[in-house]
Amino acid sequence: MSMKTSTRQINGVTIVDCSGRITLGEGSVILKDVVRELLSKGQKKILLNLGDVNYIDSSGIGELVSAFTTVRNQGGELKLLNLTKKVHDLLQITKLYTVFDVKDDEASAVKSFS
Amino acid sequence: MTEQRVSYTLDSTLETVDSAEQAANRIASELGFDDDEVMRIAMAVREAAVNAVLHGNAYDPGKKVSLDFEQTGGNLVITIRDQGKGLDLEKIPDPLAPENLLKTSGRGIFLIRSFMDEVHISPSQTGTEIKLVKHVHGPSEGVKEASQ
Repeated sequence: MSMKTSTRQINGVTIVDCSGRITLGEGSVILKDVVRELLSKGQKKILLNLGDVNYIDSSGIGELVSAFTTVRNQGGELKLLNLTKKVHDLLQITKLYTVFDVKDDEASAVKSFS
Repeated sequence: MTEQRVSYTLDSTLETVDSAEQAANRIASELGFDDDEVMRIAMAVREAAVNAVLHGNAYDPGKKVSLDFEQTGGNLVITIRDQGKGLDLEKIPDPLAPENLLKTSGRGIFLIRSFMDEVHISPSQTGTEIKLVKHVHGPSEGVKEASQ
């Protein structure tokens, strides 16, 4: 199953609901394009909901890192929401869990944006 | 797959990466690994295939990737070979070093090593061979290990 995304707004925060696989090729490209488009529209508070992302490979991890640094470099914030166990474990072993701001409750995640 | 070998010769394309992962998934499942282990094995094979297609063969349509699955003794042995210039192991940075944490690439070999019991990488001028080993923990294996 390839990756799909949809976006919604809550209190100035753009929530990107992602599902499927973020892997080399299409999945990574879709994520890159979504973040780039949001930034081009000035939407710099981004919450990536990964609750339905069941698989990420090293390219997908790289794309998450790229999205995080790109948003931060433009003065915005990108946070992660609802990690599945597989994605959580991957971020743990790559030591990225503490780099990303990871949330597990949408309402409090939205409130946490400055 | 009991004491047998399955071999594939694949093109240097993104489809090969998916095919390699799917084959690993199927064979690891058939050998009775649990779901988490199947995922780890399949991801290790996927990452090795990515290296072979992208960094080894550089998508060259004239170069192939070979993929072998073999069950020997208590091990599942998976061998992936490309026909590239040979991986330079010295140039692979530690992805866990603080200065590398925010790099967008360079985690593939690390994930492979994390997910497999043994990893042997043999670069040469005619390509890189990466051998992945996973111990098959059947009931008899467990008894043998416990008695050692």
